[in-house]
Amino acid sequence: MNTERFKERGMLFLRSQGFNRASASVTAILSGLLFGLVILLISNPSQAFDGFLIIMKGGFSTGAKGMGQVFYFATPLILTGLSVGFAFKTGLFNIGAAGQFVMGAFAAIYIGVKWTFLPAPWHWIVALLGAALIGGLWALIPGLLKAYLNVHEVISTIMMNYIGMYMANMLVKATVYDSRKNLSMITAESSVLPKGGLDAVFHNVRSSGTLDYSTVNSGIYIAIVVAIIMYVILNKTTFGYELKACGFNQNASKYAGINEKRSMVLSMVIAGALAGLGGGLLYLSGANGRQLKVIDVLAMEGFNGIPVALLGLSNPIGIIFSAIFISYITQGGNYLQSMDFVPEVIDIIVACIIYFSAFALIIRNIITKLLKRKKSEGGEA
Amino acid sequence: MDILFLVVQQTMFFSIPLLIVALGGVFTERGGVTNIALDGMMIMGAFTSILFINKMHGSMSGQSLLLIAILIAVVTGMVFSLLHAYASINMKADQIISGTALNMFAPAFAIYVARMIQANGVQQITFVNTFRIPKVPLLGDIPLIGGFFFRNAYITTYIGLAILVVSVIVLYRTRFGLRLRACGEHPHAADSVGINVYKMRYAGVVISGGLAGLGGLVFVVPTSTQFNATVSGYGFLALAVMIFGQWKPMRVLFAAFFFGLMKTVASAYSVIPVLNTLGISSDVFKMVPFIATLIVLAFSSKTSQAPRAVAIPYDKGSR
Repeated sequence: MNTERFKERGMLFLRSQGFNRASASVTAILSGLLFGLVILLISNPSQAFDGFLIIMKGGFSTGAKGMGQVFYFATPLILTGLSVGFAFKTGLFNIGAAGQFVMGAFAAIYIGVKWTFLPAPWHWIVALLGAALIGGLWALIPGLLKAYLNVHEVISTIMMNYIGMYMANMLVKATVYDSRKNLSMITAESSVLPKGGLDAVFHNVRSSGTLDYSTVNSGIYIAIVVAIIMYVILNKTTFGYELKACGFNQNASKYAGINEKRSMVLSMVIAGALAGLGGGLLYLSGANGRQLKVIDVLAMEGFNGIPVALLGLSNPIGIIFSAIFISYITQGGNYLQSMDFVPEVIDIIVACIIYFSAFALIIRNIITKLLKRKKSEGGEA
Repeated sequence: MDILFLVVQQTMFFSIPLLIVALGGVFTERGGVTNIALDGMMIMGAFTSILFINKMHGSMSGQSLLLIAILIAVVTGMVFSLLHAYASINMKADQIISGTALNMFAPAFAIYVARMIQANGVQQITFVNTFRIPKVPLLGDIPLIGGFFFRNAYITTYIGLAILVVSVIVLYRTRFGLRLRACGEHPHAADSVGINVYKMRYAGVVISGGLAGLGGLVFVVPTSTQFNATVSGYGFLALAVMIFGQWKPMRVLFAAFFFGLMKTVASAYSVIPVLNTLGISSDVFKMVPFIATLIVLAFSSKTSQAPRAVAIPYDKGSR
């Protein structure tokens, strides 16, 4: 009797929407990884399995420091993932996270280098707020264009990506440029995000006995807190409900008394602010962390927000995990260079994961069908 | 006068690939499938064909080599676009997501393969440009026009213009074109009179893939001597050109020339005396084509004439 009930509950869980959706994501990930393995096998059969193992070991390959790096690079991904995911939830496709990210990064670096009159905690707080503000402003333009002039946001945000990239290059060169390294200057000590106790865990001990610290800092805490806030806004507030309603059906929302144009612009601005904040969190990490490169290449962190959001099913909590996953295998890819492989195989894997996640609808239907068949078979017996 | 010639010739180098790729966009969208993977398809087409030119160095040169490379670029683009067609037509996937995946895949694949097969893991594929026609016989001697269009030219320019003519004829003067447009406007109506919507949409996507692949090669050959797994966002600009051209081939031609001119200003400002003396940062000039795109889109999107059923997967059962 008890086992019967347990079984029934299990079946209920299997047929629940959440499980169904998550299993589609897992299927996409597995298919992508399998494809990656095939690519490795074709290009270098003798080392393929070792290489694949390195990818799977991810950050663990270099111990605690490596795992710290996974969280360091996951931090901006969580934010750009939230940016894309939030826009998805409100019916917009924000491909512009790269531009918003890099503009936010510039704002944070500028404040970090120039506004040294601010004392320690306030300096990085203001720098982060500046990053979010500029990221939001960068998304305001496509938002307004979409709401009032019917310009598709996919095209306008792509254009804003390129404009943002050149703009950031120009502004860095004009204000905070270290011309010897072709990088932005290192920000002031007071603007660096505190370690938040993470250095006690994520470090390796060198043979000489000194400690080799990871770059990870309290940015990861901030990212997780922001994700939780976004979850609450989307699921527990009227404001979030209105934004989502506009995404589902503009005309119905307008009929229900929601200002649909304002909602659309706001959604875009919030998405941009999230991506901009991501830029701030990555680059306010002191001399050991990243500096902004002055090159004509779009920020990868922005584009990787798209797979992060898709894998996390645009759910802010899911996005935390998918960002850590993408960062984890990307770190694994970096260690591939020790063998005769090229780290771009990770980008290929991620691209395949997105491609297969586009099939989510069909995969879900297949899973539901399989479960239904199982149920009817069980009924007959 | 020499500068004017140079500007016009440069404009052609930038406009023709935009024209070809945007026409590809017209075919796929008129059939009802949106294709933001044009950029990725350009990269794949450019990658295989430039690699071919690189490998053939020494044994072949000139127009015959270019023509074979063109064929390879077209076929590559077509094959690659099948992935998008399968996802968006058979699997009824979100076409933007599928396109994004292909856009991510193409540069990663090009870099990966280039670094795996080339010595020292170099990712740039270099090639020797033996394709420039200094002067077309007879036509190059025509005053003015000869200097604009028939000197320092590439065969690809004329192929691009030929594609335009063929596109107009195919879209508006053939049974296939009418059926394709029907599938983009009202697929159920098309289906009800016996047109195979899936087949027509496949045709649209594959044509766009072929043209995008060709566009990738046409973009790289006159403007560079190496391929570095990028076409500088040209596929996206082509999408904007298509929208600006309101999905009509002749308007697309004008849109492509407009953007080509903007791009020429961005890249050749240093040789244009008026612009060079302004002392503006090169980054500003690089932004110009993209800002111009945004402004143009802002004015032309309000009365958009996009195909009605574009980006909506066709489901026979739905109403």
